[in-house]
Amino acid sequence: MNLFKRKPYVETHPHRQPERHFNQKVPDNMFIQCPHCKEGAYYKAFGAFRVCPNCGYGMRLKAQERLDMLTADYTPWDTELQTKDPLNFPGYDQKLAKAQAATGLNDSVWTGEARIAGANVALGIMDPFFIMGSLGTITGEKITRLFERALNKQLPVVIFTASGGARMQEGMPALMQMAKISQAVARHSAAGLFYLTILTDPTTGGVTASFAMQGDIIAAEPHTLVGFAGRRVIEQTIHKKLPEDFQSGENLQKHGFVDSIVPREKLGAFIAQVVRLNQPEEE
Amino acid sequence: MAQKKTAAEVVQAARSADKISTKTLINGLFNDFVELHGDRNGGDDPAIIGGIARLGNRAVTVIATQKGETVEEKIATHYGDPEPEGYRKALRLMRQAAKFNRPIITLINTAGAYPGADAEAHGQGEAIAALLQASYDLPVPFIATIFGEGGSGGALALACADEVWMFENSIYSVLSPEGFASILWKDSTRADEAAGLMKLTPNDLLDMKIIDTIIPEPANQDRLLKNLKKKLLLKLADLSQLSGEELIQKRLARFREF
Ligand SMILES: [Zn+2]
Repeated sequence: MNLFKRKPYVETHPHRQPERHFNQKVPDNMFIQCPHCKEGAYYKAFGAFRVCPNCGYGMRLKAQERLDMLTADYTPWDTELQTKDPLNFPGYDQKLAKAQAATGLNDSVWTGEARIAGANVALGIMDPFFIMGSLGTITGEKITRLFERALNKQLPVVIFTASGGARMQEGMPALMQMAKISQAVARHSAAGLFYLTILTDPTTGGVTASFAMQGDIIAAEPHTLVGFAGRRVIEQTIHKKLPEDFQSGENLQKHGFVDSIVPREKLGAFIAQVVRLNQPEEE
Repeated sequence: MAQKKTAAEVVQAARSADKISTKTLINGLFNDFVELHGDRNGGDDPAIIGGIARLGNRAVTVIATQKGETVEEKIATHYGDPEPEGYRKALRLMRQAAKFNRPIITLINTAGAYPGADAEAHGQGEAIAALLQASYDLPVPFIATIFGEGGSGGALALACADEVWMFENSIYSVLSPEGFASILWKDSTRADEAAGLMKLTPNDLLDMKIIDTIIPEPANQDRLLKNLKKKLLLKLADLSQLSGEELIQKRLARFREF
């Protein structure tokens, strides 16, 4: 079963407007509240990139939606892999089937080769709607293979992170993915190849503590939740309320962990720009 | 070795107040231990003890989490939950070990990385991520032993090793059984039931090849230490037959299996 067929080559532009097909079910005059600033606006005002007109927060996207915003020229990889359910976890197969049906993915990340604003990259997009973007064994395998193939093809890697952390339904084999991916990142890096991470809402737990923080360049969308521990756990531990924006990309940037906050509509151009600047000079 | 305890009993034993302390382990296994402090970046986290010592006649680098024995120590170490400064100290000492071709021995007993506000602001995620990546370029033998709790990424950070061992009464898990139960059933009191599902005991993890060996834990600590020391010496002799490059390739292959 090939979930996504390769689409014909289409020249992409840095400010290309995404197709609207995934939005068509929502009427333009529907009033919605921004989850970040709580201001209300008509659905239409969020535009094709689904960005709050008031604060710039980007609504959470399925991987396929984000892919369509970035490019129409891509080849998916490893769409067939299926988890072995290492804990024989009760009810997990139904949960997976539901997530697969909702996202069109075999697990919580889309991987493949893509051309973004003229730049060829190995691309990973995590899907926050697939069991909270949790890192399972297949997520880990797909991301590891992404780096391995990128190494073979001498391609840069771009990953959009979005995750609740290691997937508890897969137990320790899920945790091991953090080590496996990190070693693949290290090998890719040792070959002088470029890795860009783009933190999207929410990036937490084991993903933050592994490949999300291993990019040569780390960017974030505006008002992205980024953290290691959960907010409630921290508040219970230190018996204090945390400031509202404590675990934001903006706050992490102040502390030196994020290179750049990039609005969603500029991400395609940003990716192409930094990929080109990090390409080895031609002799 | 038969594991007769239930998973919940193993969890309890892993957290027991009678659990051997980090200092007893270090003093019992090594000679000439010299503690080395600091991450060279403005901090020193007492939840991680690091230093150099002799194991048999070989110089080694020792990195261990510690829960602390006195009330003051327990507060200072957050009951053994490291902060980013601790992980950065560990990384510094691992790189130092690589420079001087010293094997690395880690001893792990932590519920996990400390979930504090400063820890977040100082990059807990980045500090752990850096350690996970470092396992790619440490061309020296590396043995990790979990002797109590092996809590999630905070334990894995010190366990991307050639060999991962667990004490008979220890656990290694994605999150605590209490956390697991409260997320899954919104009821942390069902932790015992969660423990049974999670496959967090040494026997379960040996079956899944997450770990390589189970260390028996007799009540007599001298016997425990003598046996563990013997095993470490044998395995180090074994691993030392390999070149740095061979060690790294074997380590990558070990984790690539998961
Ligand atoms: Zn808003």
